Amino acid sequence: MFTITGKRQLSAEVYRIEVEAPLIARQRQAGQFVIVQTDIEWGERIPLTIADADPAAGTISLIFQTVGASTHRLADLAVGSGIPAVLGPLGNPTHIDKFGKVVCVGGGIGVAPMHPIAQALKRAGNHVTIIIGARNRELIIMEEEMGTIADDLIVVTDDGSYGRKALVTEPLKELCQMDPKPDLVVAIGPPIMMKFCAETTRPFGVHTLASLNTIMIDGTGMCGGCRVEVAGATKFVCVDGPEFDAHLVDWNSMMSRLRAYKSAEDSAHAAVHAEGGCRLDQVVADLKKGGL
Amino acid sequence: MLSNAEILRDPSSLGPRERMAIAVQDMPCQEPAIRATNMEEVALGYSEEQARLEAARCLQCKTAPCIAGCPVGIDIPGFLAETVVGRYAEAAAIIRLTNLLPAICGRVCPQEVQCQAPCTLGKALKSVDKAVQIGRLERFVADREREAIAGGAVVAAVSLAPATGKRVAVVGSGPAGLTVAADVRRAGHEVVIFEAFQKVGGVMVYGIPEFRLPKAIVREEAAKLEAMGVRFELNTLVGRTRPLQALLDEEGFDAVFVGVGAGLPKFMNIPGEILVGVFSANEYLTRANLMKAWDRQKAATPLYPSQRVAVLGGGNVAMDAARMALRLGAAEVHVLYRRTRAEMPARAEEVGHAMEEGIQFQFLTNPVEIYGNGEGRVAGVVAQAYQLGEPDESGRRRPVAIPGSERKQDFDTVIVALGNESNPLLAKTTPGLKVDKWSHILVDGEQRTSMDRIWAGGDIVLGAATVILAMGEGRRAAVSINRFLAG
Ligand SMILES: Cc1cc2nc3c(=O)[nH]c(=O)nc-3n(C[C@H](O)[C@H](O)[C@H](O)COP(=O)(O)OP(=O)(O)OC[C@H]3O[C@@H](n4cnc5c(N)ncnc54)[C@H](O)[C@@H]3O)c2cc1C
Ligand code: FES
Repeated sequence: MFTITGKRQLSAEVYRIEVEAPLIARQRQAGQFVIVQTDIEWGERIPLTIADADPAAGTISLIFQTVGASTHRLADLAVGSGIPAVLGPLGNPTHIDKFGKVVCVGGGIGVAPMHPIAQALKRAGNHVTIIIGARNRELIIMEEEMGTIADDLIVVTDDGSYGRKALVTEPLKELCQMDPKPDLVVAIGPPIMMKFCAETTRPFGVHTLASLNTIMIDGTGMCGGCRVEVAGATKFVCVDGPEFDAHLVDWNSMMSRLRAYKSAEDSAHAAVHAEGGCRLDQVVADLKKGGL
Repeated sequence: MLSNAEILRDPSSLGPRERMAIAVQDMPCQEPAIRATNMEEVALGYSEEQARLEAARCLQCKTAPCIAGCPVGIDIPGFLAETVVGRYAEAAAIIRLTNLLPAICGRVCPQEVQCQAPCTLGKALKSVDKAVQIGRLERFVADREREAIAGGAVVAAVSLAPATGKRVAVVGSGPAGLTVAADVRRAGHEVVIFEAFQKVGGVMVYGIPEFRLPKAIVREEAAKLEAMGVRFELNTLVGRTRPLQALLDEEGFDAVFVGVGAGLPKFMNIPGEILVGVFSANEYLTRANLMKAWDRQKAATPLYPSQRVAVLGGGNVAMDAARMALRLGAAEVHVLYRRTRAEMPARAEEVGHAMEEGIQFQFLTNPVEIYGNGEGRVAGVVAQAYQLGEPDESGRRRPVAIPGSERKQDFDTVIVALGNESNPLLAKTTPGLKVDKWSHILVDGEQRTSMDRIWAGGDIVLGAATVILAMGEGRRAAVSINRFLAG
C-alpha cells in the first residue's frame, strides 16, 4: 500500500495528493511519471506525472484532474488511506542542460508536470519564462510555486477572468519574435494546446518539446497502447517518451487515440457533476447501465 | 476387444497389442456455442477412468523418446505407470522432480511438437494425434494434486536446506522467475521476486486467457512459493524503481536473475496502424485478462466495442486474441494468416478449438494497409493473397505475394498478434549488460550474462518462446546460481 499523507483540492476538479513512495521519491527525475491503480482487481491503471517529490520524507506529489471514474475514485481517497499500486518512476527524464533562454508553457493541469521541469531548468542556469494558462481564474493552479522559479511569469486566461485575456500561444509568439528568440520551448497541457504551441514556434525554428499524456496500461513498453507517430515512426510514449519534438508529433492521430474510449469517460464525468458531487457508486452504476 | 473394466483390472498384464487397441481418450470440453459466451475453462479435464485408460496406452517402451522430447526431461513413462494404477500422488511427485508447474504445462505446452511428437505409440499408429496424450495426463495428475490440497490433504512440505544467509533477487515473476525462485530457495537462500505488475505470473496472468489457463492455478503456485518463504515485491520496475546494479551494490543481494520476458509487441509497420481500433494482442489481452475488462459490470478498464475483428497472425497469441474477441461480444472474428494451417505455430488444440467456436480463418492472406473511417478509427484492411513457394531456412514453405490480389475487407477492430520482441528497458538502463540486436540478453551455457553475479533466462534471452522453455532456462540458471553461492 502506498499511503496518502496529504491532500488538497486546488480547484473545482483538480486535486493534489502526497503519496508515500520512498523508492520513487528517491529515483524520480524531472519529466517522469507514475501509474496508479486504486483497486488491484477491478481498477484501471492511470498515468500521472510526478509534480514534486520529497526524498527525505519519502513522498511524491501527484496532481490530477477528475476526468473519468478512476480519477474521481482517486479523489475520493482520504488522507491515511492507501493506493494499492503505484509504479514508477516511468519514462525518460527530461534532458536538462544549460540551453540559455527557455520558455515553459503549462496549460491547465499541465502546469503540474511542468513544475519539476521548470525547476530543473532553472537550477541548470537557464533564463526561464513561464506561461501559465487556463480557461478561467478558477482553473489556474500552482501560480505561487511557478512564480518562485520563473524569471518572468505570464498568466493568461481564455475569458480574461485573471491575468491577461489570451491563449498561451499569444505571449509565446511574442517571445519567439523577440531577439534573441528562445533556445527551447517546453509545452505541457491539453494536446490541442501543445499542437498549437508547436505551430506557433515552428515558423521561428525554435526547438519545442511536448510531454504526451496518452492512454497507458502497463507503462513498461509491453502493450503499445500508448503509441504515437513521431516523424512517421511509431513510438511508445511510456518508454520512448514522454517528451518528443513537438514539431514531429502527429497530433491528429494522437488526439483521436486519446478519444478512443471517450463516450464512456464523458458519461462518468457528467454523471458525477449532475449529482453535484463525487457519488462514485452512482457513476459506476450508471456506467453499467450504459454498457461500458 | 477388452472392455474398459477389463483393461483397468490389471493394466500391468496388458500386452502391446492390447494397449495399442485402446482408443485415444478425447478431452471433454464445454460445448463450442456455450463456451464462446463465457470465460470458463474450455477443456474440462479427463475423468479418472479416462486418465487410467489413456495411461494404459503407454507401451512403456525401453527407449522412452518422450523424455528426450520434453524440455525439462520429465520421467514420463514413470508417471504414467503410477497413473494407470491410480497412484496419482506418486505420479505427481515424479513430475514435480523436474517440473515446478505441471498444472500449467499440462494446459499450455505444445505437446504435439515436444513429448508426443516422438512417441513410439504414435509412430506405430502412424499419427502424432494417436500418441499417448501426455499433456492431458500431466494436467490430470496435477489437478488431482490440487484438489487433494484444496481438500486439506497434507502434501509433504518442500524441504529447504538450512539458511545460508545468502540473498537472491529475481526480476520478473513469469515461469522463468518462479522456477529460479523455487530452486534457489530450496538451497536455503533468501529470495525476493520483483515484479512490475500488480500481480504475479507474467504472461500467464496478463496474456494467456482464463478460458485456457485459470488464474486460480497461477495464484496457487505463487502461494506455494510464499509458503516456502519467497517474498514478492510487486509494483517494482527494475531499471526504474530500482536500478539493476543497485540490487547488488546497495541492497545486499548476492546474485540476481533477470526473467523479464519478451514484452515488446511487434507491429507490421503498414499504413494505418496508428488508427483507433488497432491493438497489439498484448494490449487487447491485458485489458481483458489482467484488468478484467471482460467483466463489464465491475472493471473500470474500458473495452473497445468490437463487432468485426481481424486478428493478424497464426500463433498462440493470435488464437487467444481471436477467441477473446469472440467472448467479448464480437459478431465476427477473422484470423488473417500469411501461410496455411499446416504452418501455424499455435498449439494444434487451440486452432481446433478456435475453428469449432466459429472463428473464420483466411489463410494465405496478409494485410498491406489498414484504412480509416475518416475520423481516425479503423474501417477495414486491404489484404493481399499469397501462395506457398519454396521452403525457407525454417523448412516452412515461404509465402509469396500474388501481385494485384489486394482486396478491401471491412473491420472495426484489428488485433496485431505477430509475437513479441525483447523489452529494451533493462538493457537501456543498465550499462554493461550485453544484448544482441533484438535486445535479447546474451548469456553463456549457464545463463550467466555479461555482468558479474547477474543471470538471465526465459523470453528475454530466447525471444518469444514457451512456458516450458522459460522454466528450463530458469532451472539451468538456478543450478549455476546455487553452485556460485555455495562456492
Ligand atoms: C497471449 C500469449 C499466449 C501464449 N500461449 C502460450 C502457450 O499456450 N504455451 C506456451 O508454452 N507459451 C505460451 N506463450 C508464451 C509464454 O507465455 C512465454 O514464453 C513465457 O511466459 C515466458 O516466460 P518468462 O518468465 O520469460 O517471462 P514472462 O512470462 O513474460 O514474465 C516476465 C515478467 O517480468 C515482468 N517484468 C518485465 N520487466 C520488468 C522489470 N524491469 N522489473 C520487474 N518486472 C519486470 C513482467 O511484468 C512479467 O510479469 C504465450 C504468450 C502470450 C503472450
Ligand atoms: S503503456 Fe503499454 S507500452 Fe506504453
